[in-house]
Amino acid sequence: MSGIVLKAENIHKSYGGLSVLRGISFEVKRGETKVIIGPSGTGKSTLLRCINQLSPPDKGRVWLDGVEITDPKVDINKVRSSIGMVFQDFNLFAHLPVLDNVRIGLTKVKGMEKKEATDLAMEELQRVGLRDKASSYPAELSGGQQQRVSIARALAMNPKLILFDEPTSALDPELIGEVLNVMINLAKEGMTMLVVSHEMGFARSVANEIIFMEHGVIVEEGPPQQLFSNPKHKRTGEFLHKITELYGESEK
Amino acid sequence: MPIDKLILIWQSFPSLLKGTLVTIELTAGFLSLGLILGIPLAFGEVYGNKFVSAMIISPFVKIFRAIPALVLLFLFFFGSASFGFELSAFTAAILAIGFRSSAYQSQIFRGAIQSIGVGQMMAARSIGMSKLKAVQHIILPQALRLSIPPWTNEYAGVLKDSSLAYAVGVTELMRQGRYIVARTFGNALLVYFVCAVIYFILVYSGNKFLGFLEEKYKIPGYEIKKRPRKSLERI
Repeated sequence: MSGIVLKAENIHKSYGGLSVLRGISFEVKRGETKVIIGPSGTGKSTLLRCINQLSPPDKGRVWLDGVEITDPKVDINKVRSSIGMVFQDFNLFAHLPVLDNVRIGLTKVKGMEKKEATDLAMEELQRVGLRDKASSYPAELSGGQQQRVSIARALAMNPKLILFDEPTSALDPELIGEVLNVMINLAKEGMTMLVVSHEMGFARSVANEIIFMEHGVIVEEGPPQQLFSNPKHKRTGEFLHKITELYGESEK
Repeated sequence: MPIDKLILIWQSFPSLLKGTLVTIELTAGFLSLGLILGIPLAFGEVYGNKFVSAMIISPFVKIFRAIPALVLLFLFFFGSASFGFELSAFTAAILAIGFRSSAYQSQIFRGAIQSIGVGQMMAARSIGMSKLKAVQHIILPQALRLSIPPWTNEYAGVLKDSSLAYAVGVTELMRQGRYIVARTFGNALLVYFVCAVIYFILVYSGNKFLGFLEEKYKIPGYEIKKRPRKSLERI
């Protein structure tokens, strides 16, 4: 299995008069982990939402596995069921126990039998190490556990790609590790991932490529080695230096 | 209490209970109509087409919240005849106060829906649910839970409003009481007091039941009426 899973071309998006994204193009290959970094308000989260059309781009096109998903004729709900998304503040369904959070997409979107869905959901919970929490409610879990459940929820749908929107930014420093470990394992297992993150350690050790964004455009893109030690743009170096100082390199 | 008064209460009990039954029927009618219309109105207002929301839902809610219940009742009862179809007093009451309740209930549900974070809808859409499925499986179950406490008010409100149906001739509790007062002499206070006690029991037991529902369906770790911990009690 090879090839390009995701291709974005010339994505534009503005809110009110403010243009947040100003022509973003990139590709993600199968099995690749791509990390998007950049200052706050640069449009990183907006970019992720433009990809799965939670906020459709004003201009530009997106392809998933060669199919254009910005085409109005495409059933976007079906497309979204094959793109996982992990949010900064988890967004687990508050009224459902952990098992149902992972299972509901299988039964209500994919129309799977309850028993089959349960087995699959339990498998995914096992994968993130939370099988024993299946009957707990989200509010009874720590932030790190909630985020792992939300990863299991995304995984259960058997996605072609998972989008991570600052998955560790809302977590206590102590809980970041457990989430990053799950993500590192996913990367090793060959999951295709597009990650917005400030975790430089993760970016450096796991990412195949890093995209540095600022003011709604991609400033520089390349393997971590190149961006960290030999950036083409002065601004890339400055940002990486500052962020590394702030967040350290714990996962190196 | 003189024995003849006790006998009077004893003797009027069957007719008061008959009236109570009508009061309960009215209340059930108001609440059902209010619920059946109120929920779609609320979702229409939050998620629906902007044009429909501005041109239909919003005026409906504004009008029915701004006109006194008694006036609505008269408009429906006397108005229906001049439009060529005659509503019974009971039906007119159900429609007038039911529509009014739907306006109030829509605002209860709207508040509940809007207090649910946008992230819930986003997460539901992100796993491929349509808007309708997301509302059905994710938003509605949470909104209904959050609506129980304010809905308890609505229940108590319309139950008491049912006494207004007296004015168009529905033989509910108040009218039954009125008949007894008219038949006998000098018992107005006593009879109306008994009516008051019956209303109190209806509201109280209904609220108890709703409190039980709230407790039963609460989301663990997410309770709305969580009691403060000991150390916070003085705040």
